[in-house]
Amino acid sequence: MGNEAQNQDATASVDFREVQQTERFKTLRKRHRSFVFPMAVVFLLWYFAYVLLADYAVGFMSIKVWGNINVGLILGLLQFVTTFGITAWYVSYSNRKLDPIAAEIRNEIEGHEFDKDGNVISGGVK
Amino acid sequence: MNTMVPAAVNVAALKDTTLLNMGIFALFVAVTMVIVFRASRNNKTAADYYAAGRSFTGSQNGTAIAGDYLSAASFLGITGAIAINGYDGFLYSIGFLVAWLVALLLVAELLRNTGKFTMADVLSFRLRQRPVRIAAALSTLAVCFFYLLAQMAGAGSLISLLLGISDWGGQALVIIVVGALMIMYVLIGGMKGTTWVQIIKAILLIAGAGVMTAMVLAIYGFNLSSLLGSAAEAANNPAILNPGLQYGKTETSKLDFMSLGLALVLGTAALPHVLMRFYTVPTAKEARKSVVWAIWLIGLFYLFTLVLGYGAAALVGAETIKSAPGGVNSAAPLLAFHLGGPLLLGFISAVAFATILAVVAGLTITAAASFAHDIYANVISKGKADATTEVKVARRTVVVIGVLAILGGIFANGQNVAFLVALAFAVAASANLPTIVYSLFWKKFTTQGAVWSMYGGLAAAILLITFSPVVSGAKTSMIPGANFALFPLSNPGIVSIPLAFFLGWLGTVLDKRREDPAKQAEMEVRSLTGVGAEKAVDH
Repeated sequence: MGNEAQNQDATASVDFREVQQTERFKTLRKRHRSFVFPMAVVFLLWYFAYVLLADYAVGFMSIKVWGNINVGLILGLLQFVTTFGITAWYVSYSNRKLDPIAAEIRNEIEGHEFDKDGNVISGGVK
Repeated sequence: MNTMVPAAVNVAALKDTTLLNMGIFALFVAVTMVIVFRASRNNKTAADYYAAGRSFTGSQNGTAIAGDYLSAASFLGITGAIAINGYDGFLYSIGFLVAWLVALLLVAELLRNTGKFTMADVLSFRLRQRPVRIAAALSTLAVCFFYLLAQMAGAGSLISLLLGISDWGGQALVIIVVGALMIMYVLIGGMKGTTWVQIIKAILLIAGAGVMTAMVLAIYGFNLSSLLGSAAEAANNPAILNPGLQYGKTETSKLDFMSLGLALVLGTAALPHVLMRFYTVPTAKEARKSVVWAIWLIGLFYLFTLVLGYGAAALVGAETIKSAPGGVNSAAPLLAFHLGGPLLLGFISAVAFATILAVVAGLTITAAASFAHDIYANVISKGKADATTEVKVARRTVVVIGVLAILGGIFANGQNVAFLVALAFAVAASANLPTIVYSLFWKKFTTQGAVWSMYGGLAAAILLITFSPVVSGAKTSMIPGANFALFPLSNPGIVSIPLAFFLGWLGTVLDKRREDPAKQAEMEVRSLTGVGAEKAVDH
């Protein structure tokens, strides 16, 4: 059954500002942002470069490279490749660099208040 | 020109397959109804009804996301767009796919960790509840409405092709039947039933498209180059392989294309019905897995549509497609008929029909949840309503939205569905994305910034659409007789998205009130670590 009320109670006693100031949390935030922000900028630039080429460099995009396959089609398919690649990269980065540290912080905060099933057993409740 | 086109597709002969099509579709409805009934037995709480008890795995939810996302617009619209406009249709697929990286990197996990049922849960987390919730709920309803219109319009054109019903009344009747079925799914099954319908439909759709792709490629000896050559020959226009056929005509249309590209890539991560899907999994890690699954499935499917679109151009021919009932949207069904006769046509049509049904169900439950949870429970009754009443309100909202979708669909009938969906993306990217990004990543963001950005983005997008060639002033407009098209572009994104980002910033720096820093700390810690995130429901 739902345990929404319990979740709120369980975290009500946590001083999140204190957690936010811990070195470990700062490391987590830095690792997260230093991956997702540059990556977002890179794929958006690459995507818009492609859109601009398709829009304003039709001649270049129409150059046939192999049979009827032209530059435009190759660049379009490369968009697929980079999307799949960034996805795989992010997953591996999260598994290695983000998940362990996030789990540590989470267990530390919730450890006192939750048993394995996620139910409130003691403490923390006002 | 017609002599170039293979004469295998005889549109009049399609009528003979009506019974078969309807039989396959009825089978799909029957099977999914049974599943929905079984899934609904455990619907007890609000978390069950809105978020399927948060009990789906990442791969299940990822498949359901693909089911939600690969709407009739993707299948019928993009295949048709490639068949007629060639390369420019392919650009839709790329925008629709790349957009998932925004959801993966910036939104999915953080949202799962901080919210409960709706987008507004996240946006109002550390801001003042009332104004932000109302704004988020209104934009959710607006986006769902546009998206619903597109799906219902697709239902109309599909049915006119399959049943040969070209009169307005007959098509309206079919739209009513689709709407009524969808209302049943959502009323009975809630999110759990809806999710299962999405999963089944996604598998059928991707498998069906995969089989057709293999058949097309087999005809050309698995040589993409000769398929392209044949498409260019059939179209009597080598430019079908190059960009610019649809959007390269004038400077305005080029700008319109940029606008479309912007809306597509920034819209996905702001679509309320996609965001809501992240709540159906137990953890943020499963939310990430969902997106990864969705990206692979969606990417694969769009590669199929590239082959199918050029295949339809080569094997069916643009002239036949355009003159068929249902127009551009009929390219995929006509190709299926050419490849596999009535049986494959029946299967593909039933899948396309199921697609519309499933996507409409997903949209409806999102809109209903937003109304019941955000407006009714949190604003009207100020959080005092119990969950049972809230779900009751949600169910009533489902009926209202269903009726509105039916009426809207009857009027939007005949528009290109990929294009209508692009408008929904523009509205979502303008009204929602700036506030989502700011509230997740910008410490100083305030209520005023959120409200300005959401209302500003929403109003700008809708006003620009109203005064665009989509509504009036062109042959293809909704109101072809009138001309009040003051804004030259069909897609408002290039103006309304930057404007909404700017308003979010301006509203924040001009805001004299400061938000509670403790709430900001809580949201940041919770979003990144998953502390106190909503847990799965045990039964």
